[in-house]
Amino acid sequence: MVLLNLLRSAAVALMGVGFLLSASGTVSAKVEGDIVYLGAAISLTGKYSTNGAHTRRGYDLAVEQINAAGGITVDGQTYKLGIIYYDDESTPARGAQLAERLIQQDGVTFILGPYSSGLTRAMAPITEKYGVPMVEANGASISLFQEGYKYLFAVLSTTEQYLQGAIALAAETADEGQILRVALAMENDPFSQDVRAGVIADAERLGLRIVIDDKLPPELNDMSATMAKVRALRPDLLVVSGHAKGAALAIRQIADSRIDIPMLALTHCDAAQVIEKFGEKAEFALCASQWAPGLSYSDELFGSARDFADLFEATFEYAPPYQSAESAAAVMVFADAFERAGSFDPAAVRDALAATDLMTFYGGINFDEAGRNVAKPMVLFQVQEGEYRVVYPSDTAEASFIHPTPRWSER
Amino acid sequence: MLENLQLLFDYPTLGADLIANGLMIGAIFALAAFGMALVWGVLGIINIAQGEFVMLGGFVALTAAGLGVPPLATIPLAAIVLFMVGWGLYRLVIFRVVDRDLFVSLLATFGLSIILQQLSNEIFGADVRTLETGLGTLVLFDGQIVLAEIKLVSFVTALVVGLALWAFLKRARLGQAIRATSQNARAARILGIDTDRVYAATYALNAALCGAAGSLVVMAWTIHPYIGLPYTVRSFLVVIVAGLGNIAAVIAAGLGLGALENVAGFVLGAEYQIAFVFALMVIILVVRNFLLRRKREYLK
Repeated sequence: MVLLNLLRSAAVALMGVGFLLSASGTVSAKVEGDIVYLGAAISLTGKYSTNGAHTRRGYDLAVEQINAAGGITVDGQTYKLGIIYYDDESTPARGAQLAERLIQQDGVTFILGPYSSGLTRAMAPITEKYGVPMVEANGASISLFQEGYKYLFAVLSTTEQYLQGAIALAAETADEGQILRVALAMENDPFSQDVRAGVIADAERLGLRIVIDDKLPPELNDMSATMAKVRALRPDLLVVSGHAKGAALAIRQIADSRIDIPMLALTHCDAAQVIEKFGEKAEFALCASQWAPGLSYSDELFGSARDFADLFEATFEYAPPYQSAESAAAVMVFADAFERAGSFDPAAVRDALAATDLMTFYGGINFDEAGRNVAKPMVLFQVQEGEYRVVYPSDTAEASFIHPTPRWSER
Repeated sequence: MLENLQLLFDYPTLGADLIANGLMIGAIFALAAFGMALVWGVLGIINIAQGEFVMLGGFVALTAAGLGVPPLATIPLAAIVLFMVGWGLYRLVIFRVVDRDLFVSLLATFGLSIILQQLSNEIFGADVRTLETGLGTLVLFDGQIVLAEIKLVSFVTALVVGLALWAFLKRARLGQAIRATSQNARAARILGIDTDRVYAATYALNAALCGAAGSLVVMAWTIHPYIGLPYTVRSFLVVIVAGLGNIAAVIAAGLGLGALENVAGFVLGAEYQIAFVFALMVIILVVRNFLLRRKREYLK
């Protein structure tokens, strides 16, 4: 009996300590000396390792640049930024564990997002539970913003917007009274189906007709059945979304089968390196992108979009993919929010984030109620003479849209 | 679905185009399935790592091309490298599971497939990769049938390799030893055949065939570390249809599967293309089992 009582009081004491620990973990931010720490679990190994590395380089470059410029000033004191990284191994369960670890063990109260919508979806409930703001740059799924999360902010455009520009651009090319016919070849995964939903909504709004609507299984390594349909039905626009594999297959098989399509729009051209790999075959394809070095945005930290691209290339020896640009922008958003909040209190920083109104080299940043950035549109490139040139939206276009794509027999 | 059938009636040549392209894909399935039939027949192992050998063959071709080897020359090169990989894996893992329960070898090769996937991801990266051959396109019958020449190359390669394999098993000393071992390993051993070496050679030969298939996949389609499974499944399907000892049947089943799959993808919609493959597999297994049961009862 005595023993039992002893155990019970010991348990109560332990629980008390636990409460204290967890309470102290969520109230004060991780600040050591003059460094305030952000936490990030990103995919350094596993199937997202390439994009995970792009993400990390974007974060690192922004942190270096901010620190080199003197850091941030919060409540009259200057601080430098630091990031605690973990590898989520490209698996959502690991990502969720690491979010817990960053907050509970490392005492981090500001989280930078992981790579991909899947990982972001796994981590968001954790950051929400602890009231820790997460600014993410690589989870575009619209479903992330339908959960009513208060602490989740995304600097990138959401999935349904990816190829809406292509529909708008196609509609501009239509003659009076002409009903454009659209073919869709979308991978059967959440990302591409979100893209598809956006395209279909806009096609209906603008009066385009969907004539092919193929959902490609993720395991599929061939599109010739879809291509046969395209050859027979001759749509005015073919829209393909299936990550890098979809882009590579589409470019290769359209060229191999000599299929003439007036207009082809894709996602993930840069990930598939369509220009480097396919050269001439990729010519005239339209590619959706979150950002491009040729855009006219600029800020005081990095300068113009082109300056960011040059700095990135000088540092990492390759041209920045948009994943790196948006990741750098996420760090800038945090820095800006810290300065405006005047403290590292998570709730105050959250409110400052919600009120963000920032111009960056990556584009404008302004969050709506759900935490989405509504100030930056998606852009469309067209492959012209072996280069990506922005052709949409028209106010930031570098080149005019070439339409229709010449027939294979005339190339 | 109905409108797709209607399309086929409206444009009859479309069907020919679909089947032609399907046959090209099927040739790759046949190439990957030769080795699976061999390994299954001789070692009694269902090699789940089949698709991973295809994937590795693709990466070998990519790496070699990166070092300046002409793309088409990477086909034999990938086969040679994978032969060595196969031999090594036999010496490391497979020889331990040859005489064991089927379940043990399934688990072992499944484990191998995971290790190979993760290693390739680590070494080659997770990106989707392709290799351009610079070959053109063949336009037949006034543009009614359009075929990429590289697909034709893979088709011919599959047929030639099938023929060579048949001749090898028939005539070569090692080929005869392989057949003897598959008929009765114990008797073969008594007659002085080093069955362990035969097993190693068979497993290595299987990897080499897959390697050649993989180099063609990266040139005609795409490759990434996780692309193996579809090729494992297709090989399995081809082998259960064709049986273990019949190379001509493997070619026929491979080509048939490719053509059927492509037509099904067209008629049912791409989302049911893979589902169709699995449904076909289940149906074939059920029918086979039914036929075998009749045979068993007859024997009883």
